[in-house]
Amino acid sequence: MAFTLYSLIQAAILCVNAVAVLHEERFLSKIGWGVDQSVGGFGDEPGIKVQLMTLVRSVRTVMRVPLIAVNSVCIVLLLLFG
Amino acid sequence: MDLPHHGYRATAKPRARAAPPTADSVLFDDTSSGGAPAMNSQAYYTPGYNMAAPTNDMQGGVGVNNLFTDPMANAAMMYGSSLANQGKDMVNKEISRFMSMNKLKYFFAVDTRYVLKKLMILMFPYTHQDWEVRYHRDTPLPPRQDVNAPDLYIPTMAFITYILLAGMALGIQKRFSPEVLGLCASTALVWVIIEVLVMLLSLYLLTVHSDLSTFDLIAYSGYKYVGMIFTMLCGLLFGSDGYYVALAWSSCALMFFIVRSLKMKILTSLSSDSMGTASSAKPHLRLYITVATALFQPIIIYWLTSHLIRRAFHHLHHTVRTTQTEPLSTHMIRVPRVRYGDIFCIISPSLVNPGFYLSTFDKA
Repeated sequence: MAFTLYSLIQAAILCVNAVAVLHEERFLSKIGWGVDQSVGGFGDEPGIKVQLMTLVRSVRTVMRVPLIAVNSVCIVLLLLFG
Repeated sequence: MDLPHHGYRATAKPRARAAPPTADSVLFDDTSSGGAPAMNSQAYYTPGYNMAAPTNDMQGGVGVNNLFTDPMANAAMMYGSSLANQGKDMVNKEISRFMSMNKLKYFFAVDTRYVLKKLMILMFPYTHQDWEVRYHRDTPLPPRQDVNAPDLYIPTMAFITYILLAGMALGIQKRFSPEVLGLCASTALVWVIIEVLVMLLSLYLLTVHSDLSTFDLIAYSGYKYVGMIFTMLCGLLFGSDGYYVALAWSSCALMFFIVRSLKMKILTSLSSDSMGTASSAKPHLRLYITVATALFQPIIIYWLTSHLIRRAFHHLHHTVRTTQTEPLSTHMIRVPRVRYGDIFCIISPSLVNPGFYLSTFDKA
């Protein structure tokens, strides 16, 4: 299994794309991972599920615009160089 | 997750300004205050570099005046040097926005005694007693004074030596080409990056508030290259038996080392003020993280070295062991007898290199 750095970048782009397409109200709320269900405990340990939901939400908020640019660059590179 | 909080910064700045000579033994010669978090480092780097720039120009001017009597060349020289300084400041400012250079310099502040002791601990950690990382007023001691502190020098050198060894092992099998070397290097680098990302993700999900920064995790991940080099050397020198024995030995040593080092940082870090009401799932999950990290090391060592070594067994010991079946047909490629001196000739530059690098860092 020989990795190049470019394959790592491609894997990272695919993973972030997968997280970015999870829609808030159509999907995440249906399975109980919505924003309103994470307020829960005001104790000190948020728990794994709340951390994951926070991570998904922050990735979606932060990476929405840069992903457009990165995906376009990746598509152009793949079209040109195969 | 960063260690100094707001109260300490006010006391740290006058300490850096006064710069007593004895404090340099703990915080090494740097104009910025030691251990400032990366987010606010810009405010600290500008006064630091403003302090450094005039002294640089003055020294450059004094030195240049002795060489040039022609005023035009003199003026051009000083203009060029001031331009270069400005460029250097700009580059440093941009880089320090992404990566704190101060924190990076901490990891390379090593000396020969530390490197030797650390390599001994990596290969034989069973007699080492004290695994605590020592602190000095809330900042960790640099590796020169504390043998338990993680450093980035050994992982970097071990990584480069591993690439050289991989090239040599492939050369023995007549499979060498320059692209393969780059491929091997990027494969190993990608595995380190994956491991560090998985560790960061798991530490974040379990809200473990330890002071393990990204560079610490890179350092702990990079220590496995020492085990890989030892395993590959034994495999090349002593054949298949030597490879598996060395693999078992370095895996056990590395697992012990990782568990003992990370136990201090992960399992005993406080995640909440109320320790009594902490959920019972926490210590178990942290233990799982530590053990999973430790178990990952031998897997990766085996994965990254076996494909290089496996066919080398045949080539290295083919002419030594087989006495009855000599290939007499002319169309078969005769594998030349590898002299063990060749192996040492290739490895010794990377063993001598640390001496040169350490002498330059000792002056820093």
